[in-house]
Amino acid sequence: MTGIETRGTVRIDIERCKGCELCIPACPPNVLRMSSTRNEIGVLFPELLPGCTGCSACALVCPDFCFDVYRYETPLHHEATA
Amino acid sequence: MSEPRVLSTDAAPDEAARVIEPARPKLLRGEDHDLCPGCGEPLAVRVLLEAIEALACEQRSIAVMGIGCYTALSTLIDVDSVQALHGRAPSLATGVKRMRPDSLVFTLQGDGDMASEGLQEVIHTAARGESVTCVMLNNGVFGETGGHMTATTVLGQRTKNTLEGRDASYHGHPIGMAEMLAPLGGSAYVARAAVYDARSVTAARRMLQRAFESQLAGEGFSFVEILTMCPTGWFIPTAEGPGYLDEVLGSVHGVGELKVRGELHEHPTEPEN
Repeated sequence: MTGIETRGTVRIDIERCKGCELCIPACPPNVLRMSSTRNEIGVLFPELLPGCTGCSACALVCPDFCFDVYRYETPLHHEATA
Repeated sequence: MSEPRVLSTDAAPDEAARVIEPARPKLLRGEDHDLCPGCGEPLAVRVLLEAIEALACEQRSIAVMGIGCYTALSTLIDVDSVQALHGRAPSLATGVKRMRPDSLVFTLQGDGDMASEGLQEVIHTAARGESVTCVMLNNGVFGETGGHMTATTVLGQRTKNTLEGRDASYHGHPIGMAEMLAPLGGSAYVARAAVYDARSVTAARRMLQRAFESQLAGEGFSFVEILTMCPTGWFIPTAEGPGYLDEVLGSVHGVGELKVRGELHEHPTEPEN
């Protein structure tokens, strides 16, 4: 099996996001980054890269309740690049 | 160099997966709130509601709300609540608890509300050993009222009327609320938490749960102070809020349990699981 193991994932409600960026350093595997496009209220929002562990740190530090956190029954494997 | 692969996050996953942490605790209704970006108060309210849920007290909890930014969340919190005047929540909570002794009664107040506007209320409530839990969200600034300093603002902290930082010779010294309430004979559980990262948020949830358990066991007064970010009131970028909270506020207002089951802890530490 090749690629990066992705044990979890998140659903991000980007329209609730106010762009505070608290989730970015909170993510232990460092798989969140800010987008280059803006949401309806004009702020950057987080994007998910491969490697999420489903630890829920992002949800716990999000003041705007944007993250639903899931853990896969069977981990997925993703290539690191598009 | 090629671009990293960005995964789709606009819907629940198609593959078999279980929810580890829902975006909203069960007791928080679905509407948005209008608090500033990077505010720490919603993090504290999340774990407070999760603690109520963990103790299966959804149907017998009564919140007594103080006045501050967090009051805007009272319409989203799905537990019974009453609104107190500035600083008076501990006295109102006393009345609620005495009339409904089977309820889990807690106040939700800020440092401006509790320490500056109505300090006597919480002191007397603690000294009487009322069976209520007072929760103070401490960011050292009147976030809602205009951004000026409060009684807990730490030395050197910037607010709208301490632009050069709080100066002891001019503004006086901060009050450590947890340290003041812990020695009182009526207080059974006193702790201070913070919400600067996921680990500290989890510890805050444990402390709130232990405070509620203390109340349900009839041990006496319980108090949880939670340090929260206010990047707007501190004049810093949102991303710097957690670091500032930990280093500037946390260095003065130390985190940990100061009193458990009526026993003072000489060296407060965070509770284990």
